[in-house]
Amino acid sequence: MGCGGSAEEELTAQEMALYDRQIRVWGVDAQKRLSKAHVLVCGMNGTTTEFCKNIVLAGVGSLSLMDDHLVTEDDLYANFLIPHDESIYGGRSRAEVCCESLKDFNPMVRVAVEKGDPSQISGEYLEKFDIIVVSCASIKTKLLINDHCRKRTKHIAFYTIECKDSCGEIFVDLQNHSYVQKVGGEPKPKELTYPSLQEAISVPWKNLPRKTTKLYFAMRVLENYELSEGRSAFEASLSDLPAVLALRKEMCDKMSLSESQIPTSLLERLLAAGMKQHPPVSAILGGILGQEVVKAISGKGDPIKNFFYYDAADGVIIIGTTRIGHTVLQAKERRAMRPITLLPRGKGIEGYCFQQGTKFRGDRLQLTGKFNYLTLLYLATPQMPLLGLYL
Amino acid sequence: MASSAAASSEEAVKAAKVLMVGAGGIGCELLKTLALSGFRDIHIIDLDTIEVSNLNRQFLFRQSHVGQSKAHVARDAVLKFRPNINITSYHANVKDTQFNVEFFKQFNVVLNGLDNLDARRHVNRLCLAAEVPLVESGTTGFLGQVTVHVKGKTECYECEPKPVPKSYPVCTITSTPSKFVHCIVWAKELLFAKLFGDKNQDNDLNVHSNENGTSKSDVFERNADEDLEQYARRIYDHVFGYNIEVALENEETWKNRRRPNPIYIRDTLPEEDIRQNGSSRDCNNDQEDPSAMASLGLTNPQEIWNLADNSRVFLESLRLFFEKREKEVGNLIFDKDDQLAVEFVTAAANIRASSFGIPLHSLFEAKGVAGNIVHAVATTNAIVAGLIVIEAIKVLQGDYKRYRMTYCLEHPSRKMLLMPVEPFEPNKLCYVCSETPLLVEVNTKTTKLREVIDKIIKGKLGMNLPLVMIGSTLVFEDGDGLEEDEAANYALNLEKFLAELPAPVVDGTKLTVEDFHQELSCSINIKHSFVSCATQPSEKVLEVLPELYGVVVYTYRYMLLDEFDEEKEPDGMVLTGWSAPVEKQVTSNGGNQSVASSSGADDADGIIEDLSTKPGMKRKLDEILETKENCDASSSAQVVEDYDDDDIVMLDEDPALAKKKRLQ
Repeated sequence: MGCGGSAEEELTAQEMALYDRQIRVWGVDAQKRLSKAHVLVCGMNGTTTEFCKNIVLAGVGSLSLMDDHLVTEDDLYANFLIPHDESIYGGRSRAEVCCESLKDFNPMVRVAVEKGDPSQISGEYLEKFDIIVVSCASIKTKLLINDHCRKRTKHIAFYTIECKDSCGEIFVDLQNHSYVQKVGGEPKPKELTYPSLQEAISVPWKNLPRKTTKLYFAMRVLENYELSEGRSAFEASLSDLPAVLALRKEMCDKMSLSESQIPTSLLERLLAAGMKQHPPVSAILGGILGQEVVKAISGKGDPIKNFFYYDAADGVIIIGTTRIGHTVLQAKERRAMRPITLLPRGKGIEGYCFQQGTKFRGDRLQLTGKFNYLTLLYLATPQMPLLGLYL
Repeated sequence: MASSAAASSEEAVKAAKVLMVGAGGIGCELLKTLALSGFRDIHIIDLDTIEVSNLNRQFLFRQSHVGQSKAHVARDAVLKFRPNINITSYHANVKDTQFNVEFFKQFNVVLNGLDNLDARRHVNRLCLAAEVPLVESGTTGFLGQVTVHVKGKTECYECEPKPVPKSYPVCTITSTPSKFVHCIVWAKELLFAKLFGDKNQDNDLNVHSNENGTSKSDVFERNADEDLEQYARRIYDHVFGYNIEVALENEETWKNRRRPNPIYIRDTLPEEDIRQNGSSRDCNNDQEDPSAMASLGLTNPQEIWNLADNSRVFLESLRLFFEKREKEVGNLIFDKDDQLAVEFVTAAANIRASSFGIPLHSLFEAKGVAGNIVHAVATTNAIVAGLIVIEAIKVLQGDYKRYRMTYCLEHPSRKMLLMPVEPFEPNKLCYVCSETPLLVEVNTKTTKLREVIDKIIKGKLGMNLPLVMIGSTLVFEDGDGLEEDEAANYALNLEKFLAELPAPVVDGTKLTVEDFHQELSCSINIKHSFVSCATQPSEKVLEVLPELYGVVVYTYRYMLLDEFDEEKEPDGMVLTGWSAPVEKQVTSNGGNQSVASSSGADDADGIIEDLSTKPGMKRKLDEILETKENCDASSSAQVVEDYDDDDIVMLDEDPALAKKKRLQ
């Protein structure tokens, strides 16, 4: 069952018919690799549910769910895999109930329940899988599982995903990842070396990229709080705010970071949310993670390196990926300013220059001036960004 | 503060009544996310029924639902995990008259998960008329977008011209194909149509032959004494051999082009081979769905067949059509789900491609091109559905400063996978959401009212049931409930030249065009000009109508390179104020500054400048073209990738933060 094993067998006619539209996106080879991949998800909540749905539809080989918690009414809120019927979910674990619903989504995927406690997982056990996704677990558990993954000879991809209210975080550790990326139409092999979760969260804050999202720091403060108080994940609530603020001060002082980088209002929001997830944000995060796992399994396309953040609240939109904990990030010499000219004949062109905050719209345009970075979205089609072009 | 905002958003969601248009890829995800997010009154319209190829992403549907209404099945599936909300489903076309402006007015917001331009435009107009905000969306593969359209606050869906389905000049298809898609169009629209479709339809294939001294008027007629084998071989030689020879005679055409090779069956498949081919047929006689691949023992649709195999498939599929599906011959229309039709078109396109030195393609790929199959995966739809709900909640709160258009990318670029952009203001020159008149340049003496109605008013302006007035004279009206004499009168008008209508249309005449269903009215100013259909007979184009899933994606390269070739005004009419300003400028070749201003209110930014007056522009363009030529057309963000290669390029200023700053 080795990972990325040879994909000799042809897909059946049934698989071709079912997966036709997506094979047109990622190719037959990727589809074959997917059908041989084994995925373990620890922790079933609204966000991992979204991920599971996506990966089952995509046609992975198998999906195993680990979550012994009995289903309670709270679980119904963001989880569409649990029917609103206590006679169905009563007395059963989250994994069991979700498993049953997921099986229906795609008869070609084996979905199974793995009983157990993620915090007690052994490295050997993990060898059964190619992909591990951990959610609603303490940082301690996450670090433990990540460590196990890295110690096995088998290549096991590790992900964490958390959603609190309208904030989301994904962490990716693909260890040494080889993939193919099309550059100039030619598939080009690429290599990436990922830091471990421990390395990633231990980077001195002052070494981080200047624009690192506030959410990154806030999540680290909360993790540390849980750890120091011996709390289990997500147990902290709004009443813990004073203690959390004290910890913020302590950490910021130690790391020489201004406390304003971790706004009280953000911590408040995260604490108030607890386990609560905003369903549209779960859908977005679950979608992104599904896509990343397909990239990792197929070895096609540029993966996230190595944190992904999303926050849709309060008008602040932080959407991005940040590479943390790897070689010291350094700003590349800024590109010489260059005017650009575009002449898409016969089509309107519309764009947006982020840095200057100006918009333009026209059938011909020229941009000159002090654009260190210029982002243009070409809307030459029914408003599809054709290209972000950066100069 | 944060919590009170949350509370009010919860209230707004609970009280909202929303309309979803489309229960497909985006629709399934959206309905689920809406239900989870606390929406309690959802109406959903979809015309379609469920197909097998939907099941990889439309997760509310199961194999057992194939053939049933998407709207109804989606509703039932969601009620299983949210039994206490109201979902009203309509298995109907959103363009039906029951969904009029009054219907739209009952909703707080309309959410689109549509798969075609036509319906999107229609919903846009109804939303504008009913003054209901619209959240619009689309996906293709890993790419997707969500936009917000609120009358008076942001641009409407039609403020910017949308590309019409790609069409190709007939001569490219009939004589000078340079891409595989040209061969597919030829095989599907011309050859397939000629052999198996309606015989009375216009067709641009050369059907005459001087070969062997025959004086047949149509070589596609099967001779009485001819068996199917002979007939198939004769057709083969005619279309791939003789017709190419005829084309080669025109030296002018090939001056700057690679000359094609005529291909004859005797060269690709020796006589014995054909006999063998024939003898194998008996084993597959009783198949329900005849397939040339099956009879020939070809199993892998991903494999690229060589010329001999393609020739075998060509002959075999032709034979099977006439033998097993004789009743259908004469009224067949190409259908991507018809295996035999796909086999025939693949083989014919590949043989033609080898003739013209174009790389051959597998059946799987050919099917995608011929069927205009749009790529689709579950993840993008899930992300887009989440983004739609986030925007919908902002709309319900009237929080227009925070509206965003969001784009989903395939790979992180500038460290972003999702890109938020502030919505544009309404385009003051948009004929749909403002009252700006349009301009049509047309030869009023040689153009009939019917042409203006079909090509411009219905074709380009997207009206369903138009009414046309010249001053106060009603010259045309569509729809039911017309008096007999009125209908007769209008029918008469349709065939009249513009200048000869009861109220003559001349230079400077203003037409008023209305569609009551869409509650859209606009004025068209007429400019008399000498362009005319009659003088441009060669400008007919073959339209390829895509089965759109989300939106058509023309990659950047496509846009820059393809849009350059043979820019034409197919209708002999030039419409301005629509998408035409752009085309106009190109065709007039004049670098006319005033035209550029038609593109919007943002000129004041000073970034739009006329380029044609500046030296060096051409060179810049070439640079861009060159860059793009090296890029894979399938990856739209390629340049970005090249630059972002090492991942240590830092943004001087995070775009999202920059925007935030501006908002404060």
